[in-house]
Amino acid sequence: MASTTSLELEKPSMWKKKKKNNYSTNLAGYVFISPWLVGFLLLTLWPIGQSLYLSFTDYPLLTDPVWVGADNYKKIFTDDPLFMKSLGVTFSFVFFAVPLRLFFSLMVAMILIKATRGMNLYRTAIYFPSLIGASVAVAALWRNIFGLDGYVNEVLSWFGIIGKGWVSNPDTALGTLVLLNTWQFGSAMVIFLAGLKQIPAELYESSSVDGASKFRQFFTITLPMLSPVMFFNLILSVIGSFQMFTAAYIITNKGGPINSTYMYAVFLYEKAFKHYQMGYASALAWILLAIVAIVTALNFFASKYWVYYENDGGADK
Amino acid sequence: MRTLRTVPRHIFLILFSLLMIYPVIWWIGASLKKTSEMASSALWPETPMWENYTKGWAFSSEYSFTTFYANTLMMEFWNVLGGVFTAALVAYGFARLNFKFRGFWFAILLMTLMLPTQVTIVPQYILYNNFGFVDSYVPLVLPHFFGGGAFFVFLLVQFIRGIPKDLDEAAKIDGASVYGIFFRIILPLIKPALVTVGIFTFIWAWDDFFAQVLYLSSMSKFTVGLALRSFIDQFEVQWGQLLAMSLLSVLPSAIIFFLAQKHFVEGITTTGLKG
Repeated sequence: MASTTSLELEKPSMWKKKKKNNYSTNLAGYVFISPWLVGFLLLTLWPIGQSLYLSFTDYPLLTDPVWVGADNYKKIFTDDPLFMKSLGVTFSFVFFAVPLRLFFSLMVAMILIKATRGMNLYRTAIYFPSLIGASVAVAALWRNIFGLDGYVNEVLSWFGIIGKGWVSNPDTALGTLVLLNTWQFGSAMVIFLAGLKQIPAELYESSSVDGASKFRQFFTITLPMLSPVMFFNLILSVIGSFQMFTAAYIITNKGGPINSTYMYAVFLYEKAFKHYQMGYASALAWILLAIVAIVTALNFFASKYWVYYENDGGADK
Repeated sequence: MRTLRTVPRHIFLILFSLLMIYPVIWWIGASLKKTSEMASSALWPETPMWENYTKGWAFSSEYSFTTFYANTLMMEFWNVLGGVFTAALVAYGFARLNFKFRGFWFAILLMTLMLPTQVTIVPQYILYNNFGFVDSYVPLVLPHFFGGGAFFVFLLVQFIRGIPKDLDEAAKIDGASVYGIFFRIILPLIKPALVTVGIFTFIWAWDDFFAQVLYLSSMSKFTVGLALRSFIDQFEVQWGQLLAMSLLSVLPSAIIFFLAQKHFVEGITTTGLKG
């Protein structure tokens, strides 16, 4: 049961405790969830259906949509170099950004979990970059630091290395965005911290008695116990990375240089709100949805082999 | 003995913290630099250009950052209010009440967590456009009144499930209705989690550049983020002013984070986020 999704965090038995559903509890339930339900129907479900329909139309916003069948999809897959380009950029971003971010956030969480004097100060310093988020402010900062006359090149010149414009060079521009994403690992770290706090201390104590090293404990206790949280972080990071927009829009000025950071979300945004090709953009959105769904499904499938759920038996306590 | 053993940890943590915070320190200095000094490695300029702040704040002849902050803070007020309250309502419904198709709706809610926003953005835009809401704050504020976002509902559901049911039962015996239980028992008990939701809502809405650039076009309605963006669009970027104003724009989130730091981490920790 638990292997279906790690997001259903409660044991199913809780759900079925009281079986008698009468009118007034039904009503109360729906009254309470009504804000979400209305929002879901109005701003999620209806738009999803609408965008599926629009993806088969030509719709320049000012005139009515015209049905064109699968033309948009045909054009995207056969006659749009920008599609392949942006897809490639996005996949390489996801491929590098997600593991780096998860690795760093886990390592730092491991260090921060141990109580040390002044821990709040460290925690604040380390969390601060994530606090400022993917805002315009940090994009401006990044553009300056990694610019041709920026700080990074100044530091490199101390070592006799002649730097380049990291942001303006197509070979390195995407790297600076990956670095930014890694620098802001705070939210993943907080979730790891929460997960680490829940690992029972007895597990470590008893394995210490058995003579297990810290290194061994990490692989035999920490990682398995943390795997559901890791999975949660992985899923959210992957989905978030596929939609990365602000940094690519501002730091590298709408996906430049030479489209080397032309993320899929930027591509879609420009198609929809610069060229007003709403039908085409909707088709792009549905392709993104399909990709994200496939990747997520693959992750769920793979999770069977590495995510460990305590209530699946085994070390049930 | 004990203190000696922690020395390497402290050294590592200090170095790592410095590495993390270094760009921010550089940022503070750079916000006071002349454009010509920008590339120098000195953290602090020879003569601090305080006018970076005053000139940057003045922005243009028509609008200053006073307008942009007023706009953004007003938006944030409604976002946080709507998000916190409706997320609590919805979470209580899912966590404590039995109704038909509860499991189904909760699964849907979790699935929306994974839905790329791009899929709904075009029809949403068209919808708002038809109602004449483009270039207004309605598209930025309204979604927060619909449960504040699936992630927050999920967070609060976890939190409410951690509260002993005996409290509800006792109140029920005393004759309280589900609404009474929500307002008198649950709402006060989930305050720490609500603070977390409020902070996250504030910070994320502040940084939600995508929605802002999409829906707001007249300068009188600009958020702080959009105003910063138009700095970059200028022919010759005034880096000093831009960095100065950028730094100021981070302050509200930073202040809120420091004030509520204890809640921030613990609000999440105690939700029992775990597989």
